[in-house]
Amino acid sequence: MEKTKINITDEIAIHISDMNKWFGNFHVLRDINLEVRSGERIVVCGPSGSGKSTLIRCINRLEEHQKGSIIVDGTELTTDLKNIDKIRSEVGMVFQHFNLFPHLTTLENCTLAPMWVRETPEKEATEIAMEMLEKVKIPEQAHKYPGQLSGGQQQRVAIARSLCMKPRIMLFDEVTSALDPEMIKEVLDTMIQLAEEGMTMICVTHEMGFARQVADRVIFMDDGQIVEQNEPEEFFKNPKSDRTKLFLSQILGH
Amino acid sequence: MTKIAFVREKEIPPSAPPITEVGIIGWLSQNLFSSWLNSILTVLSVYFIVIMLWDFIPWAYGGHWNTKSLRECLDLDPDVACFSVLAARWKQLLFGLYPSEEYWRPTLTFIFLLLAAVPILFPKFFRFFWFSIIYPGLAVWLLWGGSFWSISIVYIGLTVGTLLFLSLIRRYLKNYIIAAILAFFFTAVFFLFIYNPLVVLLNGILPISLPFVESLKMGGFTLSLIVGVTGIVASFPIGILLALGRQSNLPVIKMICVGFIEFIRGVPLITLLFVASVLLNYFLPPGTNFDIVLRVVIMVTLFSAAYMAEVIRGGLAGLPLGQHEASASLGLTYWQSQRLIIMPQALKISIPGIVNTFIGLFKDTTLVSIISLRDPVGLASTIRADQKWNGIYWELYVAIGLMFFIFCWGMSQYSQYLERKLKTDK
Repeated sequence: MEKTKINITDEIAIHISDMNKWFGNFHVLRDINLEVRSGERIVVCGPSGSGKSTLIRCINRLEEHQKGSIIVDGTELTTDLKNIDKIRSEVGMVFQHFNLFPHLTTLENCTLAPMWVRETPEKEATEIAMEMLEKVKIPEQAHKYPGQLSGGQQQRVAIARSLCMKPRIMLFDEVTSALDPEMIKEVLDTMIQLAEEGMTMICVTHEMGFARQVADRVIFMDDGQIVEQNEPEEFFKNPKSDRTKLFLSQILGH
Repeated sequence: MTKIAFVREKEIPPSAPPITEVGIIGWLSQNLFSSWLNSILTVLSVYFIVIMLWDFIPWAYGGHWNTKSLRECLDLDPDVACFSVLAARWKQLLFGLYPSEEYWRPTLTFIFLLLAAVPILFPKFFRFFWFSIIYPGLAVWLLWGGSFWSISIVYIGLTVGTLLFLSLIRRYLKNYIIAAILAFFFTAVFFLFIYNPLVVLLNGILPISLPFVESLKMGGFTLSLIVGVTGIVASFPIGILLALGRQSNLPVIKMICVGFIEFIRGVPLITLLFVASVLLNYFLPPGTNFDIVLRVVIMVTLFSAAYMAEVIRGGLAGLPLGQHEASASLGLTYWQSQRLIIMPQALKISIPGIVNTFIGLFKDTTLVSIISLRDPVGLASTIRADQKWNGIYWELYVAIGLMFFIFCWGMSQYSQYLERKLKTDK
């Protein structure tokens, strides 16, 4: 399948420079420099504990960085709560364990944030929510509770919930890792569809097939550092660093 | 050698379970007669229940209702109950020393209480919530009496203050704190300078008032309900705030909440009640008349708020971190996220503990008899001190116990209904 690259613009969506983060004394992220353009699709991979999840969680301030700067959509992340709330409403995030709100129906999960954060009227919010649920192909589950859905369906609702805020950037944190094998495809298909529509995406994932198919760039992290980044074809065919080679042999080897 | 390869060619259709597994027979054989030992225990239990009822039913059923004293009862038939004490003193058990010509007031207050509870307990009737809002003022006026205006102007003042606060936020400034300070300032001005003249004026134009009844006349179940219901309603929001405060990242708020909770929980309620009845007078300026029932209500509220906070904290701890992260990542503010995502789930998990605390609080109201308020238990001693009923135990305490049981069982039933209703995973 031919990838569409026409979406990438010169506009910078995320600019991270010399960013460092510690958990107590543990140096999780070291001198991270990353520039993401609007429309770009990035896959972040690496062994567990390499800091890849922490990196994308810093982008919407679920984790606080201690040094360096992160500028999202022209707004710098500081301790200013207003900036944080603004960035969070522009950046959607999907989690490994879905984190749907179990006391609300699928539809209410989707309409809640637009109604309270964007102050969208209920009718309009419902229309947007149904549109997004149709996009992830589960409009018929709108009035069920998350606990009544399968893992794959829940994850697609979680994607729809983020999309309802009309985010400019989407972060995916190992969204298929907690799923049964037969459900991975339905979630990946949704993500591929989103990528083709030109959404700016950063995906932490081990799905190398997905990386090949949609990513504009693959970033490999180890020990809290960006070790290597490249276009997917080159990255998989000719990994430069030994750590990348080892990692690829481990996950592609079986 | 066994063959490994296998292919199913014939489908097995589902069939009904054996007769011993379903229906009444199934239930009996599984729950009461599942083994020899269990069968023997079942038979023995039935035997004991029968013996107890064998004595109790004739005692209760044949009881006297119309005698003038315990002596008369014993002369007629010493082996049956003497319920005459209830017939003679039931008004006191319900209303304490409340003037008898005003009994309609606590009665009406109680009926209104049931009506005011409906919109809160059943969301279907939420459109009548306005009644639950005006109920506290109405109840205070009905029970204590006095001028109608002195209470309704309080409501008008608070409503104006609230509307002022809301319109300040909506229209002019986005800052909650400044809006709250301004609204508070204007409300204070209202109560300091406008309240009294307005009450006097309205009393002059249209005097509506009920005869004043002082707090020491309150008693019986009226008193239990005043203290219990106010305590329940007030301790719930305070408990939520304390629980949130204890989880807060702000060290000063956290320390205050932890200190309060640990102190109040570490002290017996009776001590607090003594403080309320005796010690407070030493600390307050001489001549201050700080209503005794109000003092008791405040102590009971604080006491159960501390317990409530810990119960709710348990619910908060039961929520996965992902819920906080998901609501934060959608851009919800702290208070929005608490109100819409965290609290509804934490409170749902805590329902059994919350209702447990409520029931405990309601029964603890009987402790006020120790500081000589006349709740039903306190009245029981008074009644037994009467020469006519000296020596009576069972009938009085069974009746009081039954009354408390009805309220507590009601709360328990409602909590089970709520848990079923809020179940969303099946």
